[in-house]
Amino acid sequence: MEVALNNNHKFLSKIATNDGHGENSPYFDGWKAYDANPYHPQNNPSGVIQMGLAENQLCFDLIEKWIKNHPEASICAPQRGFDFKEIALFQDYHGLPQFRSAIANFMSRVRGSRVKFDPNRIVMSGGATGAHETVAFCLANRGEAFLVPTPYYPGFDRDLKWRTGVELIPVVCESANKFKVTLESLEDAYNKAKQSNIKVKGLLITNPSNPLGTFFDKETLKTLAAFTNEKNIHLICDEIYAGTVTNGNDFVSIAEIIEEFPTICDRSLIHIVYSLSKDMGFPGFRVGIIYSYNDTVVNIARKMSSFGLVSTQTQHMVASMLSDNDFVDNFIYESRTRLAHRHDMFTRELAQVGIGSLESNAGLFFWMDLRRFLKEPTFEAEMTFWRSIINEIKLNVSPGSSFHCHEPGWFRVCFANMDDATVMVAIERIKSFVLETRMLEMKTKAMAKTKKQCWQNNLQLKLSSRRLEDIMSPHSPLNSPMLRAQN
Amino acid sequence: MAIESVQCPSVELSKIAVSETHGENSPYFAGWKAYDENPYHEKHNPSGVIQMGLAENQVSFDLLEEYLESNQEATSWGKNVSGFKENALFQDYHGLLAFRKAMASFMEQVRGGKAKFNPERVVLTAGATAANELLTFILTNPGDALLVPTPYYPGFDRDLRWRTGVEVVPIHCESSNNFQITPDALELAYSHATSMNMKVRGVLITNPSNPLGATIQRTVLEQILDFVTEKNIHLISDEIYSGSVFHSDEFVSIAEILESRNYKDSERCHIVYSLSKDLGLPGFRVGTVYSYNDQVVTTARRMSSFTLISSQTQFLLASMLSNKEFTQKYIKTNRERLRKRYEMIVEGLNKAGIMCLKGNAGLFCWMDLSPYLKEATKEGELEIWKMIMEEVKLNISPGSSCRCSEAGWFRVCFANMSEQTLEVALTRLHHFMDRKRSK
Repeated sequence: MEVALNNNHKFLSKIATNDGHGENSPYFDGWKAYDANPYHPQNNPSGVIQMGLAENQLCFDLIEKWIKNHPEASICAPQRGFDFKEIALFQDYHGLPQFRSAIANFMSRVRGSRVKFDPNRIVMSGGATGAHETVAFCLANRGEAFLVPTPYYPGFDRDLKWRTGVELIPVVCESANKFKVTLESLEDAYNKAKQSNIKVKGLLITNPSNPLGTFFDKETLKTLAAFTNEKNIHLICDEIYAGTVTNGNDFVSIAEIIEEFPTICDRSLIHIVYSLSKDMGFPGFRVGIIYSYNDTVVNIARKMSSFGLVSTQTQHMVASMLSDNDFVDNFIYESRTRLAHRHDMFTRELAQVGIGSLESNAGLFFWMDLRRFLKEPTFEAEMTFWRSIINEIKLNVSPGSSFHCHEPGWFRVCFANMDDATVMVAIERIKSFVLETRMLEMKTKAMAKTKKQCWQNNLQLKLSSRRLEDIMSPHSPLNSPMLRAQN
Repeated sequence: MAIESVQCPSVELSKIAVSETHGENSPYFAGWKAYDENPYHEKHNPSGVIQMGLAENQVSFDLLEEYLESNQEATSWGKNVSGFKENALFQDYHGLLAFRKAMASFMEQVRGGKAKFNPERVVLTAGATAANELLTFILTNPGDALLVPTPYYPGFDRDLRWRTGVEVVPIHCESSNNFQITPDALELAYSHATSMNMKVRGVLITNPSNPLGATIQRTVLEQILDFVTEKNIHLISDEIYSGSVFHSDEFVSIAEILESRNYKDSERCHIVYSLSKDLGLPGFRVGTVYSYNDQVVTTARRMSSFTLISSQTQFLLASMLSNKEFTQKYIKTNRERLRKRYEMIVEGLNKAGIMCLKGNAGLFCWMDLSPYLKEATKEGELEIWKMIMEEVKLNISPGSSCRCSEAGWFRVCFANMSEQTLEVALTRLHHFMDRKRSK
């Protein structure tokens, strides 16, 4: 039945035959290594632990309990108390009114009820993936560009560019000032685009940031809003991780900025992308949201949502769940608390072995600083080191270069997609690796010194030998991954 | 919509955003508006507008509900909701294997086992709307042309063209031969496109046809396949109504033709399917691209990231569609009920002096009011359409909205209402025609 492939390159479209899907990158090696050898506590305890997947698995117990107690939320249950037929037939791209209200309610509560969202501005999409593409189709023409601060989520290269033909221009952020977005870097990027005759149509920020795990402070948000207003370009805020901020009251949404400072920016420039994939842990349900303050964009994005509507079965369940305020408030609180606990566990343990990470209090991951482990401060060295992390330490983490980070040596490490026991295993592996590396460093230094001194007098030689013996003890790391990596 | 501040229209949106290609500003939507403002209800509003412009299948819901009643555990997440977490986390664009297998099996059963479908070629999208757009992105470049036989589903103008930039060039079909696609019509459309410097990338057929409500004959399918092979272009066969054929032996899928040719040259063929019509589940957004081209399958799968089917829905339907007892009963019963409805509406229309194209599938009939037009033009057609909407209070779809090249044809849906409502609609039409004839 299978037909031999005989495709002329021109038989399919340019979009179909280019690399815009993003899957030909070397980063897939990490995934392949995991797929070929996945960690399992009993069946495969030495397998690769997946730390490259930003999933939130910490609160399913709360959700499962709610579902058991609310059979009416499922269209399959006889107690459903509504018309199955009505739900199954409903394909209006406005979405179920109760769904839109529930989402607006949830978005508000995630922001501590400091701001309200209008259900009539809620537009559905096929996940945040679909939302970003739709927003790009609405705001920019082929060849035009969005500015995006680095490091950024690798999926943006596909979501914003692949089928739309829109360009992404990096706004370079640096570790020296904690990767904050500065007005200078924005102006720099904007001007570079202008010089290349590329029309900039918008600025896209992810707040809280993926991969940094930090969120924007009020002043920076005001600066960004003023910048986009001055340039008359759009400001797209992906707030997909809004519910993962460990101290919820610290987080400032762009929605709050425009409420508090209404004259800072023409609000028809402001668009928020949201989803339930991270805050609720529902990536499979494809609940993407576009919330725009621009009436035309709401209108057009809604028409485009025909290409990626949320299943009414899912709309119905989500509507029930997220309009239950007791559940929602408890969920948000518990999720934050558990994420904070995980976050602190990691920071504490890794600090013990001197591993630093960017100070953060949001997201489902760390931005880990492994610069000193690179043979040299280059991306080649980063890739080499990364491969050894996968192959020797057996952790799939994501190298900073995959996020277009300007500086080598940073890695995103996810921590919310596993249970507590696996966390301990992962931490132990990292700690062992650090200790082994330190031992190796000491040994290498000692060997170098020994070589240097070996032509000196006997006494010194004896001392060196003893030192060498100390290091060549049974406990020495002869099997250090760093050693093997270098060979 | 609450507008809190005056919005300055100065900020630029994209050309796509400001174009009219979404198609919603056409006069065709006036009918929908009339319905929304004054919808018929048996008890509460018996003189309201009856919606006959919506191709929905409401005749078999009892079967679905019966299935859900007797299979609660299979369709929810098991005892203690133990399957929930895995389902909620599942976002693999390959889709649930159990669901792909169930879809492939269902597509086979709908075709009476006359063609085989491989689950590995089933790519999932959120509805046929997304499937058609996705295929267009894969097979065409902006400015290229797709040839589509008229009359066609009005949504194609948006689905195929809006964000892709492709041009739709009509293959004109005529009532003189029951609107069948002919090799001459194909060649004419092809030359027309090339004369306008457009590169033709493929032919898109809907089989069974919307709005004709008729299957494409085997000989015609063979001719179309020969044509696309000779021109080295693609063939997309939208078979969304394949389960709505009144007699199973009257439907021939392109899959059967390909099988009979041993899949020679099949990498140019792609099938679109959905559960919106056959199963009456448009809200669940279940579409699929089935391609015989490996590269298209791979690329379509990657692109489906923009439009995946909710894993919750995949799970429910995997269970339902892999239950052969249910599917066999459903397919058979659904066909029979649709056939009965069709016979009812055609008989009723005939009594009113109105003829229809001989149909054998779908959720609608293709009604001929051309003898009653003041003038055989689009204006004449819209005039009578307006009259039917305002006087008879029926929302039906004018052929011009389907790009029909002859004036006076109308698509009339019959499966989105109860039998009683259909009776009411037919009675109204009967009286209207009586009044018209007595004038």
